[in-house]
Amino acid sequence: MKLLEIKNLKKNFDDLEVIEDISLDVEEGQVVAIIGPSGSGKSTLLRCATLLETMDSGELIYVGEKAVTTVDGKAVYAPPKDLKRIQRYFGLVFQNFNLFPHYSVIKNITDPLISVQKKSKEEALAIGRELLKKMALSSKEDAYPYQLSGGQQQRVSIARALALNPKVLFFDEPTSALDPELTGEILKVIKQLAAEKMTMVIVTHEIAFARDLADHVIFMDGGVIVEEGSPEEVINNPQHERTKLFLSRFE
Amino acid sequence: MSWSVLLTKLSEGMLVSVEIFVLTLVFSLPLGLIVTFGRMSKNALIRNITKLYISIMRGTPLMLQLMVVYFGPYYLFGITLPRSYRFLAVIIGFVLNYAAYFAEIYRGGIESMPLGQYEAAKVLGYSKSQTFFKIILPQVIKRILPAVTNEVITLVKDTSLAFVISVSEMFTLAKAIASAQRSTIPFMVAGVFYYVFNFVVAYTMEWIEKKVSYYR
Ligand SMILES: Nc1ncnc2c1ncn2[C@@H]1O[C@H](COP(=O)(O)OP(=O)(O)O)[C@@H](O)[C@H]1O
Ligand SMILES: [Mg+2]
Repeated sequence: MKLLEIKNLKKNFDDLEVIEDISLDVEEGQVVAIIGPSGSGKSTLLRCATLLETMDSGELIYVGEKAVTTVDGKAVYAPPKDLKRIQRYFGLVFQNFNLFPHYSVIKNITDPLISVQKKSKEEALAIGRELLKKMALSSKEDAYPYQLSGGQQQRVSIARALALNPKVLFFDEPTSALDPELTGEILKVIKQLAAEKMTMVIVTHEIAFARDLADHVIFMDGGVIVEEGSPEEVINNPQHERTKLFLSRFE
Repeated sequence: MSWSVLLTKLSEGMLVSVEIFVLTLVFSLPLGLIVTFGRMSKNALIRNITKLYISIMRGTPLMLQLMVVYFGPYYLFGITLPRSYRFLAVIIGFVLNYAAYFAEIYRGGIESMPLGQYEAAKVLGYSKSQTFFKIILPQVIKRILPAVTNEVITLVKDTSLAFVISVSEMFTLAKAIASAQRSTIPFMVAGVFYYVFNFVVAYTMEWIEKKVSYYR
């Protein structure tokens, strides 16, 4: 089943064409890795898909429900109450975590469950504790974000996103803000999620990681998909010069 | 006049000063937030009216503003208000003035918040008002506390401006006693009173700052 469909997404910032024309489907259980040079529009694509940015035209469909359609070449967003429901289908893990600094680790995870999903405090706590255990952070339940390492903060933010039980989880360079020695712990968590068949779309500069983990790799440059396919095809045997050039920098 | 009479009189005045102080804060702190919303409104008319209001409040002396609030109804509209309006006029004047200052402090705090906090809240599904009151405002309060402390300390001293419309707060009384007695002692005692008042205020603000320093 297709959990996410993006069709002919276009996005400009004033005169700057950031996304020219991108279409992409994500199947249930699939891990899609998006790679590409910085400034190629990867974050903008994720931000359009997570409704943080409005697209100029194109379609955005989650689990068959249309969030955005296009009429006369202009994007038309679904009414707010529909978007609110559709919002629950996805989660996003930011490059710089964006934890709430005034909330403890456990409250960062439970508060959205209580305030947004209207779960009981007990239920939220049970979910939060379960996830912290999974992230090997049980002992940090009452800590505040500033007391954690970057890697730990990112694991909390992953737990916070997972708590809401999204169908698709987006990651925007989840390890880019971390010291090199801390990236491993995040990659390990994502690997574990992949093993559990979590559907994920990951923007990353960790090429080896993308090769090992992804079912589908997309190489973006200049606001278009230059090349896509299996990791074998795109990373091991790139066909386009731009892909080859980009990958050569990681060797 | 004996010391005990002087101290009793000034204490009575002090009570009025404290009343002005407390009432001003109680009303101007929330009103300031509403003014900030106006100042940051997407509607240009609302935004510009609020901007003008803030610039007048900050650009003219509070003393003059108190006189306008007190004498204005009579000179502008011929309305005679009872003598008891004096105290109300002081509160209205102070609240309007301080709300403008607090509004600008709030705005600075709100604008200093990283966009990522709004975005995280949005993706997690928080509504706009939940985002503001649960995520943004608590952090803004922590950020602006030092600036608010400055204003609050200034307010303690500003309460003495109520003398222009003869509200019997501490400074007004000190001045009356001083001229009756041909002595400067009442002023000095009043100075000590203001200092003690501010000491308590500063201590309280410090305590609040400690309360919110559990996170960074
Ligand atoms: N809010 C914005 N306003 C104007 N330009 C933007 C904005 N966000 C991104 N851009 C521009 O869009 C291009 C793509 O950015 P981005 O999607 O962040 O790329 P990537 O994530 O691949 O590095 C860049 O040239 C960037 O400067
Ligand atoms: Mg980016």
